[in-house]
Amino acid sequence: MDDADTIQPLNSRPRYAPGDSDAFYAHVGSGGKVEADDWMPDEYRAAVLKFVEMHANSELMGVLPERDWIMRAPNLRRKLALTSKIQDEVGHAQLLYRVAEDLGKPRVQMLQDLLDGKTKFHNVFHYPTKSWADVGIIAWLVDAAAIVSQQALRDSSYAPYARTMKKICWEESVHIMHGRDVVLTLMNGTAIQRAMVQEALDRWWGPLMQMHGPPTDPAKDKDLHWGIKAKNNEQLRQEFLSIYVPRIRELGLTIPDAALAHDDVSGRWQYTEPDWAELKSVVTGHGPASQERLDFRRDNFAETQWVRDALLGTATAA
Amino acid sequence: MVAVVRSGQSRSTLHDMSSHGERVERVWEVFRQEDEGDPMIHSGNVNAPDEELAIHYAREFYGRRGESHRLWIVPRESVLELDDPDLLKPPLDRSHKKPGGYIIKHKLEAAKARAGEGST
Repeated sequence: MDDADTIQPLNSRPRYAPGDSDAFYAHVGSGGKVEADDWMPDEYRAAVLKFVEMHANSELMGVLPERDWIMRAPNLRRKLALTSKIQDEVGHAQLLYRVAEDLGKPRVQMLQDLLDGKTKFHNVFHYPTKSWADVGIIAWLVDAAAIVSQQALRDSSYAPYARTMKKICWEESVHIMHGRDVVLTLMNGTAIQRAMVQEALDRWWGPLMQMHGPPTDPAKDKDLHWGIKAKNNEQLRQEFLSIYVPRIRELGLTIPDAALAHDDVSGRWQYTEPDWAELKSVVTGHGPASQERLDFRRDNFAETQWVRDALLGTATAA
Repeated sequence: MVAVVRSGQSRSTLHDMSSHGERVERVWEVFRQEDEGDPMIHSGNVNAPDEELAIHYAREFYGRRGESHRLWIVPRESVLELDDPDLLKPPLDRSHKKPGGYIIKHKLEAAKARAGEGST
């Protein structure tokens, strides 16, 4: 038979008809993507919405610890970098609320639920900040832990979310460099400055280890099955440790966990079991700074009502 | 043959719930050109009650870092969509429309060999 007569392989991705949940899950289970306009089962829509809304809330609340340091930044360049990072994070919140809005929940309702404590935001944003070193540790390590999970989300089955994550990851990489630069500058400074970084690391390590959440049973993790997220909690934590433990230790910093060690046989990091009770308490609004942060957002929401009125109110006579 | 052409209107009804005569927000799709001459690539979308604010928001989200040469801002309902696989990915061999559909290696070798024989 002549080569040119060979039939080429055809488009083989399983398609699904509206209303056919089984075919839909076969589609996303085999790496297929879903667009905002496509039909999707209600439980898939609800799961993506919950995931993206929590992410958006975290971006919005995450700027508050850093906001406290704008007026105390040590020089103009640091102040510009910090304000720019904060502007980026609020922008991420806006992009993500937009993705969530397209799934059917109005933005104002999402903000109201956040202020009412009905929806959550990441544990690390429920803690107070105490020194300038916190700004470095947050921008370097909290953003690093976040980017590990965000990079995996670039493969999400919900395509508008995956595309948004590509843009967000690009911006987060700038934040990590800014944070690492702040930490390196302090580590090259005085003994007091080095002690300040160590003290900040000691406080943030626990929340950092809790941040990706407890290990879940992959068989029961719907978000994983449906491809909403591509990696499980423990995979993300292991990835974070593999990249950042060496980078922390090479600066002469001590990670406050005597049990932390890499097991060369299993290829995994071993560590003291993170305090999952603390994680649960903190994300349900009982963290040391939870209510203070929510109060700030409540006041801010009331104070900016006139802006929303001006933008959306009835147009006055031309 | 039936072409399934959809507009985006079906999913923006949520934003039309205006009860007190407020201005209605609507969705604008944003396309970004990174550099002069590059293709316009879809970037995302913004929610705005009018063209002026849509342009401001698009600039804020997709042009703040000097990463864009040009933006297109289009009301979502103006976008016509065609994603019917029967039309776009018909289950027929289309290899004759692609360069890769013509595998000439062995034919060329045979032709060269034949030409070589003829010249001796």
